[in-house]
Amino acid sequence: MELKKIDKPDLGLFLQNLIKDFQVEGVKRKGQSVYGQSFFYGSINAPDELCLDFDCTTMPPKKYFIPPKEELLKFTIAPKPEVAEVIESKPLIIFGVHPYDLKAVNQMDKIFSEGNPDPNYLKRREGILLIGVDPTKVSPRSFWNSMEAASVSSGFDLMLTDIGESYLVEVGTDKGGNLLKKYAKVSSVTKEEEQKRIDVRSKIWNMCKKRALNFPMRELPSLLVNSLNSPLWDEKASKCLSCVTCNMVCPTCYCFDVWDDVELDLTHGQRYRRWDGCLASDFAKVATGENFRETRAARYRHRFLRKGQYLFSKLNDAACVGCGRCAAYCLPDIADPVDVFNRLKEAVK
Amino acid sequence: MNHSMPDGSPYVPKWAEISRIEKLTESEKLFELRLSNGQPLGHKPGQFVEVSVLGIGEAPISISSPPINDNSFELAVRKVGNVTNAMHNLGVGGKLGIRGPFGTNFPIDEAKGKDILFVAGGIGLVPLRSFIKFVLENRKDYGEVTVLFGARNPSEQLFLSELEQWRGRKDISYLETVDRADENWKGNVGVITTLFPKVQVDPAKTICVVVGPPVMYRFVIMETKAKGIPDKQIFLSLERRMKCGLGKCGHCQINNIYVCQDGPVLRYSDIFALEEAL
Repeated sequence: MELKKIDKPDLGLFLQNLIKDFQVEGVKRKGQSVYGQSFFYGSINAPDELCLDFDCTTMPPKKYFIPPKEELLKFTIAPKPEVAEVIESKPLIIFGVHPYDLKAVNQMDKIFSEGNPDPNYLKRREGILLIGVDPTKVSPRSFWNSMEAASVSSGFDLMLTDIGESYLVEVGTDKGGNLLKKYAKVSSVTKEEEQKRIDVRSKIWNMCKKRALNFPMRELPSLLVNSLNSPLWDEKASKCLSCVTCNMVCPTCYCFDVWDDVELDLTHGQRYRRWDGCLASDFAKVATGENFRETRAARYRHRFLRKGQYLFSKLNDAACVGCGRCAAYCLPDIADPVDVFNRLKEAVK
Repeated sequence: MNHSMPDGSPYVPKWAEISRIEKLTESEKLFELRLSNGQPLGHKPGQFVEVSVLGIGEAPISISSPPINDNSFELAVRKVGNVTNAMHNLGVGGKLGIRGPFGTNFPIDEAKGKDILFVAGGIGLVPLRSFIKFVLENRKDYGEVTVLFGARNPSEQLFLSELEQWRGRKDISYLETVDRADENWKGNVGVITTLFPKVQVDPAKTICVVVGPPVMYRFVIMETKAKGIPDKQIFLSLERRMKCGLGKCGHCQINNIYVCQDGPVLRYSDIFALEEAL
């Protein structure tokens, strides 16, 4: 493992240099909301716009990998029908991604490269460099420590940890190493500083233990299989607005709809995909009117099963990283996985 | 991240030209198509394609013909949604975008040397026809063949000239019913399960293939169970909402399976325990 140090005053310089050559997207501070101070990913045009002491952004960085609306084809309807593929990619640095969101990106990488590889995702992904950062704060609804998402061993090009007067930087890839060489003023790391990174990390991991599953995350698939008929699904879903917020803010929700848009001249158009969510009432509805998950409870249960069982078998891991965004932004506050999973566990004891 | 980048977008359709249109009922038409590149579609009975009408969208449509020598293929389509309504407005020479074929096929090999019981409800006959015709074209490869077909009423029967042939064939048993008869109907009246008492099967060597509306499956399965046909010898084709056909978009998911990839043809023994399958 290659570990370097950037003194805090020099981080701005690093960022300034990156901005000259790259589009840099990073975490920015937004105003206070009913949820408290909020943070979001946006373009960083000056070093002081970047905020690295955030607890959790409102939206995960998935918009950079899977745009909310992504063109797949351009087409001409008349006089002669023609289509042209659209596969877009541009170099991008995302600065300030917490480990749980990196874990989600790793899962998306796997999902979009396996089976039928998805060139739109993969091409876009190739252009993206990820600079991770260890959290210094824990959002009130986060439980990533329970979901084995407190740290990741790969998926970042660089990984920063705030150890006080400086950031330690772990080099994850050659591309990341080259960025440091070319754009940053770094120094070597002492044994004490290395130890400090371990201490800082365990401190923040401990802070995330306040909200936790009461059982090992690896038990989720069997727990869920045994909870198919739990009354909890109906109880929770009776308040569900089918608004899909939980899907939208989730870093591991990647379902999409495919749609055609026609220009006003009626001869040209685009086919695009856009985020969709399994909580939407028509998600499984076909043209004849048959709806294969007609009730809110069926849709609500599907999401938890998908996270904790269906995708588990594909990923050998839960497709929930414990960011807590679904819990934070669900208006009727029924989406909290900690509450759902712990109550299911309680019920089967 | 290790992956192989595919050569192009899997979302780009190939073009196919409509070479023949046959009106089947008031709401269903048969489209005979040929790919513009002159190649065969390369499908097996039971698979489906994603059909594009540019500007309207894409819809999954099952292929109704077995692979045919002249490279044509047939889609029988009920006008029910945006894409299928747009298809019904097209004429011969019209172009459609085609992606696929996708999904699993009917057990054409596994059924060889065995008896086959086909059970079709309504437009379930559309996909099943690809297998029935395949079997009739390769008749000597298969044992006793029984076709059960149920429609809501006589005017909703599809492929009338073919049904007429099947009625006359000595090498298959064809039984039909309608839920509601009209004044000209002389045959059986009742739902499809009312045909089962008329059928004799050797359960050990019978492959049963069932396609129909979602509500039909559990009642037909009760009949096949009563006849002693093992679950692993029963195949179903399931309908679901689909967008990508590639196992990604999530719409067709039933528990761990993606119907567009792991289906649409599924073995009953593999899915009977799935909570949302039937």
